[in-house]
Amino acid sequence: MGILSIEDLSINFGGLVAVDHVSFEVKRGEILSIIGPNGSGKTTIFNLISGIYKPTTGKILFKDKLINGMKPHTVAFMGIARTFQNVRPFKQMTVLENVLVGHHPKVKSLFIDDLFHTSKQRKEEVMIREQAIKLLDLFHLKQYIDEKAENLPYGDQRRLEIVRALASEPEIMLLDEPAAGMNPQETEDLIRLIGQIKDLGITIVLVEHDMKVVMDISQRIIVLDYGKKIAEGVPEEIRKNERVIEAYLGKD
Amino acid sequence: MKQKFKSAKTFLIAASLIIAFVIPLITENEYYLHTLIISGIYILLVLGLNLILGYAGQLSLGHAAFYGIGAYTSALLMMKLHFSFWLALPIGGIAAGIAGLMLGFPALRLKGPYLVICTIAFGEIAHQIFMNWESLTRGPMGIPGVPSPGEFSIGSFVIDFSEKQVYYYLVFIIVIIALLLNYFLVRSKTGRAFVAIREDQTAAEVIGVNLTFYKLTAFLSGTFLAGIAGSLYAHYIGFISPESFTLGESINILVMVIVGGMGTIIGPIFGAVGLTFLLELMRAFADYRMVIYGLILMILIVVLPEGTMGGIDILRRNLKKPQKI
Ligand SMILES: Nc1ncnc2c1ncn2[C@@H]1O[C@H](COP(=O)(O)OP(=O)(O)OP(=O)(O)O)[C@@H](O)[C@H]1O
Ligand SMILES: [Mg+2]
Repeated sequence: MGILSIEDLSINFGGLVAVDHVSFEVKRGEILSIIGPNGSGKTTIFNLISGIYKPTTGKILFKDKLINGMKPHTVAFMGIARTFQNVRPFKQMTVLENVLVGHHPKVKSLFIDDLFHTSKQRKEEVMIREQAIKLLDLFHLKQYIDEKAENLPYGDQRRLEIVRALASEPEIMLLDEPAAGMNPQETEDLIRLIGQIKDLGITIVLVEHDMKVVMDISQRIIVLDYGKKIAEGVPEEIRKNERVIEAYLGKD
Repeated sequence: MKQKFKSAKTFLIAASLIIAFVIPLITENEYYLHTLIISGIYILLVLGLNLILGYAGQLSLGHAAFYGIGAYTSALLMMKLHFSFWLALPIGGIAAGIAGLMLGFPALRLKGPYLVICTIAFGEIAHQIFMNWESLTRGPMGIPGVPSPGEFSIGSFVIDFSEKQVYYYLVFIIVIIALLLNYFLVRSKTGRAFVAIREDQTAAEVIGVNLTFYKLTAFLSGTFLAGIAGSLYAHYIGFISPESFTLGESINILVMVIVGGMGTIIGPIFGAVGLTFLLELMRAFADYRMVIYGLILMILIVVLPEGTMGGIDILRRNLKKPQKI
Protein backbone atom coordinates (compact mmCIF):
# COMPACT_ATOMS: atom_id res chain seq x y z
CA MET A 1 0.00 0.00 0.00
CA GLY A 2 1.39 3.38 -1.01
CA ILE A 3 1.69 6.42 1.23
CA LEU A 4 -0.25 8.45 -1.32
CA SER A 5 -2.75 7.10 -3.80
CA ILE A 6 -4.38 9.06 -6.54
CA GLU A 7 -7.48 7.42 -7.94
CA ASP A 8 -9.23 8.52 -11.09
CA LEU A 9 -8.34 12.16 -10.51
CA SER A 10 -9.71 14.83 -12.87
CA ILE A 11 -10.18 18.57 -12.91
CA ASN A 12 -11.71 20.80 -15.55
CA PHE A 13 -11.11 24.50 -16.02
CA GLY A 14 -14.07 25.57 -18.09
CA GLY A 15 -13.83 23.37 -21.16
CA LEU A 16 -10.23 22.37 -20.56
CA VAL A 17 -9.60 19.02 -18.92
CA ALA A 18 -6.29 19.79 -17.23
CA VAL A 19 -6.06 16.44 -15.43
CA ASP A 20 -7.93 13.58 -17.02
CA HIS A 21 -8.74 10.48 -14.94
CA VAL A 22 -5.25 9.99 -13.63
CA SER A 23 -4.41 7.23 -11.15
CA PHE A 24 -1.10 6.36 -9.57
CA GLU A 25 0.43 5.40 -6.30
CA VAL A 26 3.43 6.76 -4.43
CA LYS A 27 5.32 4.23 -2.34
CA ARG A 28 6.78 5.16 0.99
CA GLY A 29 10.41 6.24 0.76
CA GLU A 30 10.69 6.37 -3.03
CA ILE A 31 11.41 9.17 -5.44
CA LEU A 32 8.65 9.26 -8.03
CA SER A 33 8.94 11.66 -10.94
CA ILE A 34 6.12 13.10 -12.97
CA ILE A 35 7.18 14.27 -16.40
CA GLY A 36 5.37 15.51 -19.47
CA PRO A 37 5.32 18.36 -21.98
CA ASN A 38 4.38 21.91 -20.99
CA GLY A 39 0.78 22.24 -19.95
CA SER A 40 0.28 18.52 -19.46
CA GLY A 41 -1.10 18.96 -15.95
CA LYS A 42 1.87 18.28 -13.67
CA THR A 43 1.57 21.41 -11.52
CA THR A 44 -2.19 21.02 -11.45
CA ILE A 45 -1.78 17.58 -9.84
CA PHE A 46 0.36 19.17 -7.13
CA ASN A 47 -2.25 21.87 -6.65
CA LEU A 48 -4.90 19.19 -6.27
CA ILE A 49 -2.87 17.19 -3.75
CA SER A 50 -2.03 20.26 -1.66
CA GLY A 51 -5.64 21.40 -1.51
CA ILE A 52 -5.36 24.54 -3.63
CA TYR A 53 -7.81 23.10 -6.19
CA LYS A 54 -10.69 20.73 -5.59
CA PRO A 55 -10.90 17.81 -8.02
CA THR A 56 -13.88 17.41 -10.32
CA THR A 57 -13.72 13.64 -9.89
CA GLY A 58 -11.54 11.16 -8.10
CA LYS A 59 -9.90 10.57 -4.77
CA ILE A 60 -6.64 11.51 -3.11
CA LEU A 61 -5.74 9.22 -0.24
CA PHE A 62 -2.88 10.05 2.07
CA LYS A 63 -2.06 7.19 4.42
CA ASP A 64 -5.50 5.79 3.61
CA LYS A 65 -7.26 9.01 4.56
CA LEU A 66 -9.28 10.89 1.99
CA ILE A 67 -7.75 14.37 1.75
CA ASN A 68 -9.41 15.96 -1.25
CA GLY A 69 -11.58 18.85 -0.15
CA MET A 70 -9.28 19.63 2.75
CA LYS A 71 -7.86 23.13 3.06
CA PRO A 72 -4.17 23.56 2.16
CA HIS A 73 -3.13 24.23 5.76
CA THR A 74 -4.81 21.02 6.93
CA VAL A 75 -3.01 19.07 4.22
CA ALA A 76 0.25 20.65 5.42
CA PHE A 77 -0.51 19.64 8.99
CA MET A 78 -1.04 16.06 7.86
CA GLY A 79 2.54 15.91 6.59
CA ILE A 80 2.50 16.93 2.94
CA ALA A 81 4.88 19.75 1.98
CA ARG A 82 5.57 21.27 -1.42
CA THR A 83 7.57 23.85 -3.30
CA PHE A 84 6.44 25.99 -6.22
CA GLN A 85 7.50 26.03 -9.84
CA ASN A 86 8.05 29.79 -9.70
CA VAL A 87 10.26 30.40 -6.66
CA ARG A 88 8.24 31.74 -3.77
CA PRO A 89 10.25 32.33 -0.62
CA PHE A 90 8.86 35.03 1.68
CA LYS A 91 10.97 37.77 0.17
CA GLN A 92 10.96 40.34 2.96
CA MET A 93 11.70 37.76 5.62
CA THR A 94 15.21 36.74 6.50
CA VAL A 95 16.45 33.30 5.56
CA LEU A 96 16.13 32.17 9.17
CA GLU A 97 12.59 33.53 9.44
CA ASN A 98 11.61 31.67 6.28
CA VAL A 99 12.68 28.41 7.85
CA LEU A 100 11.01 29.33 11.14
CA VAL A 101 7.66 29.84 9.37
CA GLY A 102 8.28 26.46 7.82
CA HIS A 103 8.15 25.01 11.34
CA HIS A 104 4.63 26.38 11.77
CA PRO A 105 2.73 23.07 11.81
CA LYS A 106 5.01 21.71 14.51
CA VAL A 107 4.78 24.63 16.93
CA LYS A 108 2.21 24.09 19.63
CA SER A 109 2.16 27.46 21.39
CA LEU A 110 -1.21 29.20 21.32
CA PHE A 111 -1.98 32.82 20.53
CA ILE A 112 -2.03 33.55 24.25
CA ASP A 113 1.42 32.00 24.67
CA ASP A 114 2.73 34.16 21.85
CA LEU A 115 1.14 37.34 23.21
CA PHE A 116 2.41 36.90 26.75
CA HIS A 117 5.72 35.31 25.82
CA THR A 118 5.09 32.38 28.17
CA SER A 119 7.85 29.97 29.11
CA LYS A 120 6.24 27.36 26.87
CA GLN A 121 6.50 29.75 23.92
CA ARG A 122 10.09 30.70 24.76
CA LYS A 123 11.19 27.08 25.06
CA GLU A 124 9.63 26.15 21.75
CA GLU A 125 11.13 29.20 20.08
CA VAL A 126 14.63 28.27 21.26
CA MET A 127 14.08 24.74 20.05
CA ILE A 128 12.87 25.61 16.55
CA ARG A 129 15.61 28.20 16.19
CA GLU A 130 18.20 25.52 16.88
CA GLN A 131 16.55 23.18 14.42
CA ALA A 132 16.27 25.87 11.77
CA ILE A 133 19.95 26.72 12.11
CA LYS A 134 20.85 23.04 11.88
CA LEU A 135 18.82 22.67 8.70
CA LEU A 136 20.37 25.79 7.17
CA ASP A 137 23.79 24.45 8.03
CA LEU A 138 23.02 21.05 6.55
CA PHE A 139 21.89 22.60 3.28
CA HIS A 140 24.65 25.21 3.04
CA LEU A 141 22.53 28.28 3.57
CA LYS A 142 23.86 29.23 6.98
CA GLN A 143 26.01 32.04 5.64
CA TYR A 144 22.85 33.90 4.61
CA ILE A 145 21.02 33.42 7.87
CA ASP A 146 20.11 37.09 8.49
CA GLU A 147 19.93 38.09 4.85
CA LYS A 148 16.56 38.92 3.34
CA ALA A 149 15.43 36.03 1.15
CA GLU A 150 15.07 38.28 -1.90
CA ASN A 151 18.78 39.09 -1.80
CA LEU A 152 19.81 35.47 -2.32
CA PRO A 153 21.02 34.18 -5.70
CA TYR A 154 18.28 32.40 -7.60
CA GLY A 155 19.53 28.88 -6.99
CA ASP A 156 19.82 29.51 -3.28
CA GLN A 157 16.27 30.89 -3.16
CA ARG A 158 15.12 27.58 -4.62
CA ARG A 159 17.11 25.70 -2.02
CA LEU A 160 15.70 27.90 0.72
CA GLU A 161 12.19 27.06 -0.40
CA ILE A 162 13.00 23.37 -0.15
CA VAL A 163 14.47 23.82 3.32
CA ARG A 164 11.40 25.81 4.38
CA ALA A 165 9.18 22.93 3.26
CA LEU A 166 11.44 20.46 5.00
CA ALA A 167 11.18 22.34 8.30
CA SER A 168 7.67 21.06 8.89
CA GLU A 169 9.11 17.52 8.97
CA PRO A 170 6.78 16.26 6.27
CA GLU A 171 6.35 12.64 5.34
CA ILE A 172 6.12 13.47 1.70
CA MET A 173 7.47 16.34 -0.36
CA LEU A 174 6.21 17.55 -3.71
CA LEU A 175 8.96 19.36 -5.62
CA ASP A 176 7.85 21.33 -8.67
CA GLU A 177 10.73 21.78 -11.12
CA PRO A 178 13.41 22.44 -8.51
CA ALA A 179 16.17 22.48 -11.15
CA ALA A 180 14.51 25.13 -13.33
CA GLY A 181 16.89 28.00 -14.02
CA MET A 182 19.82 26.34 -12.26
CA ASN A 183 23.29 26.11 -13.76
CA PRO A 184 24.97 22.66 -14.00
CA GLN A 185 26.83 23.15 -10.73
CA GLU A 186 23.65 24.14 -8.90
CA THR A 187 21.85 21.18 -10.46
CA GLU A 188 24.57 18.84 -9.15
CA ASP A 189 24.09 20.30 -5.67
CA LEU A 190 20.36 19.90 -6.01
CA ILE A 191 20.63 16.22 -6.89
CA ARG A 192 22.72 15.71 -3.77
CA LEU A 193 20.19 17.69 -1.70
CA ILE A 194 17.28 15.59 -2.91
CA GLY A 195 19.30 12.50 -2.03
CA GLN A 196 19.81 13.87 1.48
CA ILE A 197 16.09 14.44 1.86
CA LYS A 198 15.36 10.91 0.76
CA ASP A 199 17.89 9.65 3.30
CA LEU A 200 15.86 11.41 5.99
CA GLY A 201 13.11 8.95 5.12
CA ILE A 202 10.98 11.44 3.28
CA THR A 203 9.04 10.33 0.22
CA ILE A 204 9.51 12.59 -2.78
CA VAL A 205 7.34 13.35 -5.77
CA LEU A 206 9.31 15.30 -8.32
CA VAL A 207 8.12 17.25 -11.32
CA GLU A 208 11.11 18.06 -13.49
CA HIS A 209 12.00 18.90 -17.06
CA ASP A 210 15.72 18.25 -16.65
CA MET A 211 15.95 14.63 -17.84
CA LYS A 212 19.37 14.14 -16.34
CA VAL A 213 17.95 14.84 -12.89
CA VAL A 214 14.91 12.69 -13.51
CA MET A 215 16.79 9.68 -14.88
CA ASP A 216 19.50 9.96 -12.20
CA ILE A 217 17.38 9.92 -9.11
CA SER A 218 13.90 8.52 -9.75
CA GLN A 219 12.89 5.01 -8.82
CA ARG A 220 9.80 5.30 -10.97
CA ILE A 221 8.45 7.77 -13.49
CA ILE A 222 4.95 8.74 -14.57
CA VAL A 223 4.39 10.48 -17.90
CA LEU A 224 1.51 12.84 -18.57
CA ASP A 225 0.30 14.23 -21.87
CA TYR A 226 -2.72 16.52 -22.20
CA GLY A 227 -3.76 15.65 -18.67
CA LYS A 228 -3.69 11.89 -19.27
CA LYS A 229 -1.25 9.38 -17.86
CA ILE A 230 0.40 7.79 -20.88
CA ALA A 231 3.14 5.76 -19.24
CA GLU A 232 4.50 4.54 -15.96
CA GLY A 233 7.64 2.62 -15.14
CA VAL A 234 11.28 2.60 -14.13
CA PRO A 235 13.59 5.05 -15.93
CA GLU A 236 14.85 2.44 -18.38
CA GLU A 237 11.32 1.57 -19.51
CA ILE A 238 10.33 5.21 -19.87
CA ARG A 239 13.42 6.04 -21.90
CA LYS A 240 12.40 3.39 -24.46
CA ASN A 241 8.63 3.93 -24.39
CA GLU A 242 7.23 4.74 -27.85
CA ARG A 243 4.36 6.90 -26.68
CA VAL A 244 6.62 8.95 -24.48
CA ILE A 245 9.09 9.61 -27.28
CA GLU A 246 6.17 10.53 -29.50
CA ALA A 247 4.65 12.91 -26.96
CA TYR A 248 7.95 14.71 -26.53
CA LEU A 249 8.93 14.74 -30.20
CA GLY A 250 5.43 15.74 -31.27
CA LYS A 251 5.73 18.87 -29.20
CA ASP A 252 9.26 19.82 -30.19
CA MET B 1 28.53 46.64 12.63
CA LYS B 2 25.38 44.77 13.47
CA GLN B 3 26.34 44.54 17.11
CA LYS B 4 26.98 48.26 17.17
CA PHE B 5 23.63 48.97 15.61
CA LYS B 6 21.90 46.75 18.12
CA SER B 7 23.41 48.42 21.14
CA ALA B 8 22.68 51.82 19.61
CA LYS B 9 19.08 50.70 19.28
CA THR B 10 18.90 49.53 22.89
CA PHE B 11 20.41 52.81 23.98
CA LEU B 12 17.91 54.79 21.94
CA ILE B 13 14.98 52.86 23.31
CA ALA B 14 16.18 53.25 26.90
CA ALA B 15 16.83 56.95 26.37
CA SER B 16 13.40 57.64 24.88
CA LEU B 17 11.73 55.67 27.65
CA ILE B 18 13.51 57.71 30.30
CA ILE B 19 12.76 60.98 28.55
CA ALA B 20 9.11 60.03 28.11
CA PHE B 21 8.96 59.10 31.76
CA VAL B 22 10.48 62.29 33.18
CA ILE B 23 8.85 64.83 30.86
CA PRO B 24 5.84 65.45 33.10
CA LEU B 25 8.19 65.98 36.04
CA ILE B 26 10.21 68.68 34.34
CA THR B 27 7.60 70.56 32.38
CA GLU B 28 4.53 72.23 33.71
CA ASN B 29 3.52 73.11 30.20
CA GLU B 30 0.01 71.70 29.79
CA TYR B 31 0.17 72.05 26.05
CA TYR B 32 3.17 69.73 25.71
CA LEU B 33 1.56 67.22 27.98
CA HIS B 34 -1.63 67.39 25.97
CA THR B 35 0.21 66.78 22.72
CA LEU B 36 2.08 63.87 24.29
CA ILE B 37 -1.11 62.28 25.57
CA ILE B 38 -2.64 62.56 22.11
CA SER B 39 0.55 61.10 20.64
CA GLY B 40 0.27 58.16 23.02
CA ILE B 41 -3.29 57.53 21.92
CA TYR B 42 -2.15 57.63 18.31
CA ILE B 43 0.63 55.17 19.06
CA LEU B 44 -2.03 52.66 20.11
CA LEU B 45 -4.07 53.33 16.98
CA VAL B 46 -1.06 53.05 14.74
CA LEU B 47 0.22 49.90 16.46
CA GLY B 48 -3.17 48.31 15.84
CA LEU B 49 -3.35 49.22 12.19
CA ASN B 50 0.27 48.20 11.79
CA LEU B 51 -0.63 44.67 12.92
CA ILE B 52 -3.41 44.49 10.36
CA LEU B 53 -1.61 46.23 7.50
CA GLY B 54 2.09 46.24 8.22
CA TYR B 55 2.28 42.65 9.39
CA ALA B 56 -0.75 40.78 8.02
CA GLY B 57 -0.88 42.90 4.86
CA GLN B 58 -4.60 43.68 4.96
CA LEU B 59 -5.18 47.29 3.93
CA SER B 60 -7.94 48.76 6.11
CA LEU B 61 -9.33 52.26 5.77
CA GLY B 62 -11.89 51.76 8.51
CA HIS B 63 -9.68 52.00 11.56
CA ALA B 64 -11.40 55.11 12.94
CA ALA B 65 -14.61 53.08 13.26
CA PHE B 66 -13.02 50.94 15.97
CA TYR B 67 -11.53 53.98 17.64
CA GLY B 68 -15.08 55.38 17.76
CA ILE B 69 -16.66 52.14 18.94
CA GLY B 70 -14.19 52.00 21.83
CA ALA B 71 -14.84 55.65 22.68
CA TYR B 72 -18.63 55.44 22.59
CA THR B 73 -18.83 52.07 24.33
CA SER B 74 -16.59 53.10 27.16
CA ALA B 75 -18.17 56.57 27.61
CA LEU B 76 -21.72 55.24 27.55
CA LEU B 77 -20.95 52.37 29.91
CA MET B 78 -19.61 54.82 32.43
CA MET B 79 -22.31 57.43 31.96
CA LYS B 80 -25.44 55.32 31.52
CA LEU B 81 -24.61 52.17 33.42
CA HIS B 82 -22.18 53.67 35.95
CA PHE B 83 -19.42 51.24 35.16
CA SER B 84 -16.04 52.01 36.61
CA PHE B 85 -13.50 53.29 34.09
CA TRP B 86 -11.31 50.27 34.78
CA LEU B 87 -14.05 48.02 33.47
CA ALA B 88 -15.27 50.35 30.72
CA LEU B 89 -11.76 50.59 29.25
CA PRO B 90 -11.26 46.88 28.48
CA ILE B 91 -14.90 46.47 27.42
CA GLY B 92 -14.39 49.33 24.97
CA GLY B 93 -11.46 47.39 23.57
CA ILE B 94 -13.43 44.15 23.41
CA ALA B 95 -16.41 45.83 21.70
CA ALA B 96 -14.07 47.23 19.05
CA GLY B 97 -12.42 43.81 18.72
CA ILE B 98 -15.75 42.10 18.12
CA ALA B 99 -16.59 44.71 15.47
CA GLY B 100 -13.13 44.05 14.05
CA LEU B 101 -13.97 40.36 13.69
CA MET B 102 -17.11 41.37 11.82
CA LEU B 103 -14.95 43.28 9.36
CA GLY B 104 -12.45 40.42 9.30
CA PHE B 105 -14.92 37.94 7.83
CA PRO B 106 -15.48 39.73 4.54
CA ALA B 107 -11.77 40.47 4.50
CA LEU B 108 -11.16 36.73 4.25
CA ARG B 109 -12.61 36.71 0.77
CA LEU B 110 -11.51 40.09 -0.54
CA LYS B 111 -8.20 41.36 -1.78
CA GLY B 112 -6.62 44.64 -2.82
CA PRO B 113 -8.99 47.42 -3.85
CA TYR B 114 -12.08 45.35 -3.02
CA LEU B 115 -10.94 44.94 0.54
CA VAL B 116 -10.20 48.66 0.80
CA ILE B 117 -13.70 49.55 -0.38
CA CYS B 118 -15.20 47.09 2.08
CA THR B 119 -13.28 48.64 4.98
CA ILE B 120 -14.28 52.17 3.92
CA ALA B 121 -17.91 51.05 3.81
CA PHE B 122 -17.55 49.54 7.26
CA GLY B 123 -16.15 52.81 8.61
CA GLU B 124 -18.99 54.69 6.97
CA ILE B 125 -21.60 52.42 8.56
CA ALA B 126 -20.08 52.97 11.99
CA HIS B 127 -20.01 56.71 11.39
CA GLN B 128 -23.67 56.67 10.34
CA ILE B 129 -24.58 54.79 13.50
CA PHE B 130 -22.79 57.38 15.66
CA MET B 131 -24.66 60.08 13.71
CA ASN B 132 -28.13 58.60 13.66
CA TRP B 133 -28.66 56.54 16.78
CA GLU B 134 -29.57 59.74 18.55
CA SER B 135 -31.23 58.21 21.60
CA LEU B 136 -27.89 56.68 22.50
CA THR B 137 -25.20 58.82 20.90
CA ARG B 138 -27.01 62.21 20.69
CA GLY B 139 -26.09 62.16 16.99
CA PRO B 140 -24.01 64.98 15.55
CA MET B 141 -24.19 66.97 18.80
CA GLY B 142 -21.96 64.41 20.42
CA ILE B 143 -21.68 63.47 24.06
CA PRO B 144 -20.31 66.12 26.39
CA GLY B 145 -19.24 65.52 29.95
CA VAL B 146 -17.64 62.12 29.50
CA PRO B 147 -16.23 61.59 33.00
CA SER B 148 -12.53 61.22 33.66
CA PRO B 149 -11.52 57.94 35.27
CA GLY B 150 -11.93 59.60 38.67
CA GLU B 151 -9.75 59.11 41.69
CA PHE B 152 -7.86 56.15 42.86
CA SER B 153 -6.77 56.06 46.44
CA ILE B 154 -4.23 53.85 48.07
CA GLY B 155 -4.64 54.59 51.77
CA SER B 156 -4.29 58.30 52.14
CA PHE B 157 -2.48 58.65 48.83
CA VAL B 158 -4.87 59.91 46.17
CA ILE B 159 -4.25 59.69 42.44
CA ASP B 160 -6.53 62.02 40.52
CA PHE B 161 -6.86 61.03 36.88
CA SER B 162 -8.40 64.33 35.89
CA GLU B 163 -4.93 65.83 36.25
CA LYS B 164 -2.98 65.88 33.00
CA GLN B 165 0.23 64.57 34.54
CA VAL B 166 -1.59 61.60 35.98
CA TYR B 167 -3.44 60.87 32.76
CA TYR B 168 -0.15 61.09 30.93
CA TYR B 169 1.24 58.30 33.08
CA LEU B 170 -1.88 56.21 32.56
CA VAL B 171 -1.48 56.50 28.79
CA PHE B 172 2.27 55.98 29.13
CA ILE B 173 1.84 52.70 31.00
CA ILE B 174 -0.79 51.39 28.61
CA VAL B 175 1.39 52.29 25.63
CA ILE B 176 4.36 50.48 27.17
CA ILE B 177 2.26 47.37 27.82
CA ALA B 178 0.87 47.50 24.29
CA LEU B 179 4.35 47.90 22.82
CA LEU B 180 5.69 45.01 24.84
CA LEU B 181 2.86 42.63 23.91
CA ASN B 182 3.14 43.78 20.31
CA TYR B 183 6.84 43.04 20.38
CA PHE B 184 6.24 39.55 21.76
CA LEU B 185 3.50 38.86 19.26
CA VAL B 186 5.32 39.88 16.10
CA ARG B 187 8.40 37.88 17.04
CA SER B 188 6.42 34.69 17.57
CA LYS B 189 4.76 32.03 15.47
CA THR B 190 1.72 34.31 15.20
CA GLY B 191 3.72 37.28 13.94
CA ARG B 192 5.53 35.13 11.40
CA ALA B 193 2.22 33.74 10.19
CA PHE B 194 0.99 37.33 9.70
CA VAL B 195 4.01 38.26 7.61
CA ALA B 196 3.79 35.05 5.61
CA ILE B 197 0.21 35.95 4.68
CA ARG B 198 1.33 39.43 3.69
CA GLU B 199 4.17 38.10 1.56
CA ASP B 200 2.42 35.25 -0.23
CA GLN B 201 -0.97 34.01 0.83
CA THR B 202 -0.89 30.73 -1.08
CA ALA B 203 2.63 29.85 -0.02
CA ALA B 204 1.63 30.62 3.58
CA GLU B 205 -1.37 28.32 3.37
CA VAL B 206 0.65 25.53 1.87
CA ILE B 207 3.15 25.55 4.73
CA GLY B 208 0.31 25.24 7.21
CA VAL B 209 -0.82 28.77 8.05
CA ASN B 210 -4.56 28.80 8.66
CA LEU B 211 -5.60 31.93 6.76
CA THR B 212 -8.99 32.29 8.45
CA PHE B 213 -7.58 32.06 11.93
CA TYR B 214 -4.63 34.39 11.43
CA LYS B 215 -6.44 37.05 9.45
CA LEU B 216 -9.15 37.20 12.08
CA THR B 217 -6.52 37.26 14.82
CA ALA B 218 -4.85 40.24 13.15
CA PHE B 219 -8.14 42.12 12.86
CA LEU B 220 -9.13 41.25 16.41
CA SER B 221 -5.85 42.36 17.99
CA GLY B 222 -5.52 45.48 15.87
CA THR B 223 -9.04 46.70 16.46
CA PHE B 224 -8.91 45.87 20.17
CA LEU B 225 -6.02 48.33 20.43
CA ALA B 226 -8.07 50.93 18.57
CA GLY B 227 -10.91 50.44 21.04
CA ILE B 228 -8.56 50.97 23.97
CA ALA B 229 -7.30 54.13 22.27
CA GLY B 230 -10.89 55.31 21.82
CA SER B 231 -11.69 54.81 25.47
CA LEU B 232 -8.56 56.66 26.57
CA TYR B 233 -9.45 59.51 24.20
CA ALA B 234 -13.07 59.80 25.38
CA HIS B 235 -12.25 59.97 29.06
CA TYR B 236 -9.40 62.36 28.46
CA ILE B 237 -11.08 64.93 26.20
CA GLY B 238 -14.44 64.56 27.92
CA PHE B 239 -16.36 65.02 24.70
CA ILE B 240 -16.95 62.67 21.81
CA SER B 241 -18.79 63.20 18.55
CA PRO B 242 -18.99 61.42 15.19
CA GLU B 243 -16.65 64.04 13.73
CA SER B 244 -13.67 62.45 15.44
CA PHE B 245 -14.25 59.06 13.82
CA THR B 246 -14.38 59.67 10.11
CA LEU B 247 -12.70 58.33 7.00
CA GLY B 248 -10.36 61.32 7.31
CA GLU B 249 -9.21 60.02 10.67
CA SER B 250 -8.72 56.51 9.24
CA ILE B 251 -6.54 58.01 6.53
CA ASN B 252 -4.62 59.99 9.12
CA ILE B 253 -3.82 56.80 11.04
CA LEU B 254 -2.86 55.05 7.81
CA VAL B 255 -0.48 57.89 6.92
CA MET B 256 1.19 57.56 10.34
CA VAL B 257 1.71 53.84 9.74
CA ILE B 258 3.19 54.43 6.30
CA VAL B 259 5.39 57.39 7.24
CA GLY B 260 6.72 55.54 10.26
CA GLY B 261 7.44 52.39 8.31
CA MET B 262 5.12 49.42 8.04
CA GLY B 263 5.88 46.13 9.65
CA THR B 264 8.31 47.45 12.25
CA ILE B 265 7.71 48.24 15.90
CA ILE B 266 9.57 51.54 16.21
CA GLY B 267 8.21 52.89 12.93
CA PRO B 268 4.67 53.43 14.16
CA ILE B 269 5.94 55.28 17.21
CA PHE B 270 7.89 57.64 14.98
CA GLY B 271 4.87 58.04 12.75
CA ALA B 272 2.39 58.68 15.56
CA VAL B 273 4.50 61.03 17.67
CA GLY B 274 6.17 62.73 14.71
CA LEU B 275 3.00 63.53 12.82
CA THR B 276 1.03 64.53 15.92
CA PHE B 277 3.74 67.06 16.77
CA LEU B 278 4.10 68.13 13.16
CA LEU B 279 0.39 68.87 12.96
CA GLU B 280 0.62 70.89 16.16
CA LEU B 281 3.61 72.87 14.91
CA MET B 282 1.73 73.60 11.69
CA ARG B 283 -0.84 75.55 13.68
CA ALA B 284 1.48 78.52 13.20
CA PHE B 285 0.52 78.47 9.51
CA ALA B 286 -3.15 78.89 10.32
CA ASP B 287 -5.18 78.42 7.13
CA TYR B 288 -2.29 76.92 5.21
CA ARG B 289 -1.77 74.28 7.87
CA MET B 290 -3.16 71.30 6.00
CA VAL B 291 -1.57 72.39 2.72
CA ILE B 292 1.89 72.48 4.24
CA TYR B 293 1.25 69.30 6.20
CA GLY B 294 0.23 67.59 2.96
CA LEU B 295 3.34 68.84 1.20
CA ILE B 296 5.60 67.58 3.97
CA LEU B 297 3.93 64.18 3.78
CA MET B 298 4.46 64.02 0.04
CA ILE B 299 8.11 64.88 0.41
CA LEU B 300 8.53 62.31 3.18
CA ILE B 301 7.00 59.57 1.07
CA VAL B 302 9.17 60.43 -1.92
CA VAL B 303 12.37 60.64 0.12
CA LEU B 304 11.60 57.70 2.37
CA PRO B 305 9.43 55.32 0.35
CA GLU B 306 9.68 52.64 3.02
CA GLY B 307 8.93 54.98 5.89
CA THR B 308 11.30 56.31 8.51
CA MET B 309 12.39 52.86 9.62
CA GLY B 310 12.85 51.78 6.03
CA GLY B 311 15.02 54.87 5.51
CA ILE B 312 17.19 53.96 8.47
CA ASP B 313 17.45 50.44 7.11
CA ILE B 314 18.60 51.68 3.70
CA LEU B 315 21.13 53.95 5.38
CA ARG B 316 22.42 51.03 7.39
CA ARG B 317 22.74 48.85 4.31
CA ASN B 318 24.67 51.56 2.52
CA LEU B 319 27.00 51.99 5.46
CA LYS B 320 27.58 48.26 5.55
CA LYS B 321 28.36 47.74 1.89
CA PRO B 322 31.91 49.07 1.56
CA GLN B 323 33.09 46.85 4.41
CA LYS B 324 31.76 43.74 2.73
CA ILE B 325 34.06 43.97 -0.28
N1 LIG C 1 -6.32 27.93 -12.53
C1 LIG C 1 -6.37 27.57 -13.81
N2 LIG C 1 -7.35 28.03 -14.61
C2 LIG C 1 -7.43 27.67 -15.91
N3 LIG C 1 -6.57 26.86 -16.49
C3 LIG C 1 -5.56 26.34 -15.76
C4 LIG C 1 -5.41 26.68 -14.38
N4 LIG C 1 -4.32 26.03 -13.90
C5 LIG C 1 -3.82 25.33 -14.95
N5 LIG C 1 -4.55 25.51 -16.06
C6 LIG C 1 -4.32 24.89 -17.36
O1 LIG C 1 -4.19 23.51 -17.16
C7 LIG C 1 -3.21 22.97 -18.02
C8 LIG C 1 -2.16 22.24 -17.21
O2 LIG C 1 -1.38 23.21 -16.54
P1 LIG C 1 -0.19 22.83 -15.57
O3 LIG C 1 0.30 24.10 -14.99
O4 LIG C 1 -0.62 21.79 -14.64
O5 LIG C 1 0.87 22.25 -16.59
P2 LIG C 1 2.33 21.73 -16.30
O6 LIG C 1 2.36 20.32 -16.73
O7 LIG C 1 2.74 22.04 -14.92
O8 LIG C 1 3.17 22.58 -17.34
P3 LIG C 1 4.62 23.24 -17.23
O9 LIG C 1 5.58 22.18 -17.58
O10 LIG C 1 4.61 24.33 -18.22
O11 LIG C 1 4.79 23.73 -15.83
C9 LIG C 1 -2.65 24.12 -18.82
O12 LIG C 1 -3.30 24.15 -20.06
C10 LIG C 1 -3.02 25.32 -18.00
O13 LIG C 1 -3.20 26.45 -18.82
MG1 LIG D 1 4.10 23.23 -14.04
